[in-house]
Amino acid sequence: MTDKNGFFDLSKTTLTRRTALKGLAAGAGLAVAPGFVRYSQAQSSAPIKIGFQSHRTGIGAAYGRWYEKTTAAAIKAINAAGGINGRQVEVIIEDDGTDPGRGAEVVGKFATQHKTDIVFGTLFSHVVIGSAPAAGEAKMPYFVVSEGHHVASTKLNRYVFQPGITDVKSQIQSMAPWIAANAGKKVTQIFPDFAFGYDHRDYLPPALKAQGAEVIAQIAIPPTESSFTKYFPQIPPETEVIYHVMVGPAVLTFVKELGEFYGSNRPQLFGFIDSLEAVDINSPGLEFLDGSHFWEGSPRYAQPDDTEAQKAYRASVGIDDNGAAVGDPKDVSTAAHMFGCWETLYVVKKAMEDAGYKGPEDRAKLVEATEALKEFAEGPEHPQGPKTFNGKIHQCFGIQNISKVEGGKLKVVHKTKIEEGLYEAEGDYTTQAL
Amino acid sequence: MHFGPHLLLAALEGLVTSAVLALTALGLSLVFGVMRVVNVAHGEFFMLGAVLAWAITSAIGGHPALGFLAALVIAPLIVGAIALVAERLVLRRLNYNPEATIVATIGMLYIIQQLALTFYGPEARPVEPPFSYRILLPWFGYSGYKLSIIAASALLLIATWLVLTRTRIGLIMRATQYDSETAQAFGIPVGRVYGGVFALGAMLAAIAAVLIVPISQAHYLMGQDPLLLSFIVVIIGGLGSLRGTVVAAVLIGLSDGIISMFFSPTLAKIIATLLVAMVLVFRPQGLFGTASR
Repeated sequence: MTDKNGFFDLSKTTLTRRTALKGLAAGAGLAVAPGFVRYSQAQSSAPIKIGFQSHRTGIGAAYGRWYEKTTAAAIKAINAAGGINGRQVEVIIEDDGTDPGRGAEVVGKFATQHKTDIVFGTLFSHVVIGSAPAAGEAKMPYFVVSEGHHVASTKLNRYVFQPGITDVKSQIQSMAPWIAANAGKKVTQIFPDFAFGYDHRDYLPPALKAQGAEVIAQIAIPPTESSFTKYFPQIPPETEVIYHVMVGPAVLTFVKELGEFYGSNRPQLFGFIDSLEAVDINSPGLEFLDGSHFWEGSPRYAQPDDTEAQKAYRASVGIDDNGAAVGDPKDVSTAAHMFGCWETLYVVKKAMEDAGYKGPEDRAKLVEATEALKEFAEGPEHPQGPKTFNGKIHQCFGIQNISKVEGGKLKVVHKTKIEEGLYEAEGDYTTQAL
Repeated sequence: MHFGPHLLLAALEGLVTSAVLALTALGLSLVFGVMRVVNVAHGEFFMLGAVLAWAITSAIGGHPALGFLAALVIAPLIVGAIALVAERLVLRRLNYNPEATIVATIGMLYIIQQLALTFYGPEARPVEPPFSYRILLPWFGYSGYKLSIIAASALLLIATWLVLTRTRIGLIMRATQYDSETAQAFGIPVGRVYGGVFALGAMLAAIAAVLIVPISQAHYLMGQDPLLLSFIVVIIGGLGSLRGTVVAAVLIGLSDGIISMFFSPTLAKIIATLLVAMVLVFRPQGLFGTASR
């Protein structure tokens, strides 16, 4: 197949390679270009304005959509009950593209343009870490629902709070005894190669060691990876438990390829449901997960012992007994995390009421009032369970669920206690200036 | 795991990557070779193929092979039709001006991607493979479907080559590429050839996507990586060279599989990019391109 006609010869025009490179450069430029910016009119100061930094696009988009649904449901309930300090609450949503740089811009926009009272709702840890300095600089209270340890590590700043969902360090610490006792003693960890994964990398080994188990291998996987088989040879053959935390759209591939690699002769699996949020557990290829265990913040499937508060919460958000949208069984929610939006908004309500919050000039008072909170009782405002709050590290502590995949459903088999997740504070935000 | 099996697994993974990459990059290369258009939206046609494969398989139901075969036929046709419309409405109006078409295809990229987000949603959705035979090797198990991708891709590449070199349509395409003005003088409908080539390029990307979607779900952002890798392959192989595209795809795919397994995936990407730089410095026309006269 020689090219004697010069069929594919490009030399006859002057624009060949240079043009191609321009196209390539332009394509690369697209990846970093900020999203389309929509400016809205300044609004009347009557309602309390909450700026919602939402992952509407990018790899967090499935989470973003359910965070928005949960937030809308909570705001509807709060407004129906008279709002906060007698004022209605309004949510202004800006898309951060699940991107840290864009996240910081969005926080800036909330502060200077929308003039919101607080910013709320971020999940992905790299976006939180990227946006926190902007919040601190603008002296803007920033309530995240992120699960990462970055808030509690006291490495961010005094304006960042995580009162509605527990952090990874606490989750790991409270579940390690169960893993060591029920799954196995030799653990191989697979985690995403960014901040959230590093929390797992850093806190699991000491937590397991305290229980007489050990981590024998740690495999970091880039968050944009789309094929995983090539990593599996790194799993030592003596592994008893594979501890997997993966986030991103390729998670189904990960499980499927693990299934092809091991077949029925697999080690025990313990995973964070983060991997499979918004994914139907009965998707083709996931049969491999049958009998494995997952962490869940709040259970996806309705459980026989659900409280009235839990049932009411599920009804308001609009999810059925399988954790999917009412009326669309294929639209699976991010139930294990999104309860955090609901609970955080009620914490904000409580703190604003305690502070007698009137407007942006009272933001410092709001920070102090939030730091003064100690306990959140289980109930309609906190349907996931009771929590304690440590004002020094701006982090709440609560119970964790360990669920087993059984007959195509997730069944809660163990609930941890709040005390199991407590740890020594690593610092104190309250010593920082306001 | 010992070195031998480890290498085997790495090579298998690399070949699957190569197979899909060769098809995708060939589409990009064809469009450039004949039309001189750098199609930045190429990755989005890939994504559309995968998304449509999901839509078709979930609409048909029944045995997974049935839906998959339907998707393999219908999805590329729809994507080809969309590409044809885009070519008529946009590229032709710009007279295929190289700079203008780059900007226009960037616009197409955004439009297609955001429409997919709006109508398909942000979730990654799975497509069941037509068969799920697991090949059991002494050291590890491997998906039989993945091996069939390599075979399917090889067949498609041979078919494309035959069409280009042995048929009248291929002759017309080559004539248009060689000198479009003279071709027109000889009665070749150059405008229609351009439309057909643009559609064919998009269809190749769509076919690659349908093949890969049972092992890596459909997602609205999945077009970015294939676009970047296709550019790398096309630059290394020589823009517009079919042989170069295939050789470069195998090279990049295998090195990606092997390097990322024995060292790290980041190193594999670094080396691929370095290779592009080296090719541009020492052999700017690409490994199989012809030097400028």
